[in-house]
Amino acid sequence: MTENEVSKLILDIIHDIAPDEDLSDVKPEVRLRDQLDLDSMDFLDIVMELRKRHQIEVPEAEYMELSTLAGCVKYLRPKFEAKAAARA
Amino acid sequence: MRWDVVIIGAGMSGLAAGIRLAHFQKKVLILEQHAVWGGLNSFYKKGGHHFDVGLHAVTNWLRPGYKGPRVPLQRIYRQLRIQPEELALEPQTHSYVIFGDARLRFSNDLAELTSEVSRLFPKELDGFVHLSERCAEYPEAAADTTPISTRRMLSEYLSDPLLVDMLLCPLLYYGCASEHDLDWEQFVILFNSIYREGFCRPRRGVRQILDVLKDRYESLGGEMRRKSGVAELRVTDGRVGAVVLESGEVVEAEVVLSSAGRVETARLRSDHPVETGRPGELAFTETLWLLSQDPKTLGFDGCVTFFGTAPFSWARPDQPEDLSSGVICVPGNYAHQEPLDRHLLRVTHLADHRAWVGLSGPAYDEQKALWIERSLDTVARLGSDLRPYIQYTDSFTPRTVVKYTRHDHGAVYGSPDKVKTGRTDLSNLFLCGTDQGFVGIVGAMLSGINMANAHVLAGAS
Repeated sequence: MTENEVSKLILDIIHDIAPDEDLSDVKPEVRLRDQLDLDSMDFLDIVMELRKRHQIEVPEAEYMELSTLAGCVKYLRPKFEAKAAARA
Repeated sequence: MRWDVVIIGAGMSGLAAGIRLAHFQKKVLILEQHAVWGGLNSFYKKGGHHFDVGLHAVTNWLRPGYKGPRVPLQRIYRQLRIQPEELALEPQTHSYVIFGDARLRFSNDLAELTSEVSRLFPKELDGFVHLSERCAEYPEAAADTTPISTRRMLSEYLSDPLLVDMLLCPLLYYGCASEHDLDWEQFVILFNSIYREGFCRPRRGVRQILDVLKDRYESLGGEMRRKSGVAELRVTDGRVGAVVLESGEVVEAEVVLSSAGRVETARLRSDHPVETGRPGELAFTETLWLLSQDPKTLGFDGCVTFFGTAPFSWARPDQPEDLSSGVICVPGNYAHQEPLDRHLLRVTHLADHRAWVGLSGPAYDEQKALWIERSLDTVARLGSDLRPYIQYTDSFTPRTVVKYTRHDHGAVYGSPDKVKTGRTDLSNLFLCGTDQGFVGIVGAMLSGINMANAHVLAGAS
């Protein structure tokens, strides 16, 4: 799974939670909270959607890995790939 | 069949909780004792007409394109994955608070109220501006905190008791379960909900909102059973082991979320706990009239008109109704893109539940008819006599509220002793709705969302 694919899956989730946000130009290195109107309840929903859609668990101690889009990709990509490998 | 969550009550809070839980793949069953859903904000058909039970206004109007601190309706849209267009809320034009000759006009722009305060109470302007700045943000959702008297806090900002009464009147009528005074934190929330954000409603009334919630809940796989009152919560080993329906059927659930009320839920328990919460004392009567003439031409141009006399009494009256204050609502005065197809006016007064709940048959009907006439006289003093234009009249009393919602005393806003955490002494029984937190449509939906998050979804895996 490419970085772009992982990035798209995350943006899909954010779009469903916050459809009023413009996601066309999210800067990968800038904290999501600083460029989008997302609060802690929205972040919890991102974690819950990852579990629901992709069966990926993010322990609370690791939530900060998701603070930027680049961080999400770096942290989640191995998890997506492990899932894919398990399915194969 | 074993459910993840059983929710008691298909009102706004139960439906909102159900949507959250079903969205995250919980097996959810909502039990509703009544034939229709909506709870305190339901709907009915009578004399060939469709009516909402009590919807005057949805608070917390969210301006399209709003940017700023998170406000309640944004949270509801996001948490329930609902688009604003689905609820189709349209804003008010303006409303009034009228105490004798003093008439404050307000709208969904706080600047209008500020200029009205400056016109009627010039010496109070600075204090009001400071007060509204102090209320600028919602308090953090708090656990059980010690209540602070709003009247005492207001005395730091305002000195004219008439202005204090006039500002409090709408907030008490639209959201206060306790007599005389309210908690400061709740005041701030209501101030923002009503004066900063303001009123709105869907053109179709409460059905618009309820249809969206019910359709969403069911499309996510949630199940709702109507005419399914709960007879007993069977308690074993510190938890609800089973929910027994009035039909005798027994259902089991990991978690039970009850919107039935604090005292009312405790009463369903098989272990008969000592309940320390007091039942609510504040009840209402409401009469609605279908008119042959537009209320605007009869002197009622506001969407909502709160009226009273100083000193304003927010308490259970010592007679069947307290006509010295009330609320007149004219749904047709909202800024609906397409005008409503009928002229409706409704008026609400505080009522003494003791005078109504025990009555039945002709005595009840006579009492109702008598007070409708008195209410018409009261309304006439604020505009015109409606009598020549009345096509249809209907009314409800605390007795009606008891019958359909089972709220003790017909207390629409429930117990004055709220359980903000939603917890009970049982490990899997939680409260949501009126007795957990905030009232009104928006408050109830937030309650359902917050309780589902806190007690079921948080930490679930």
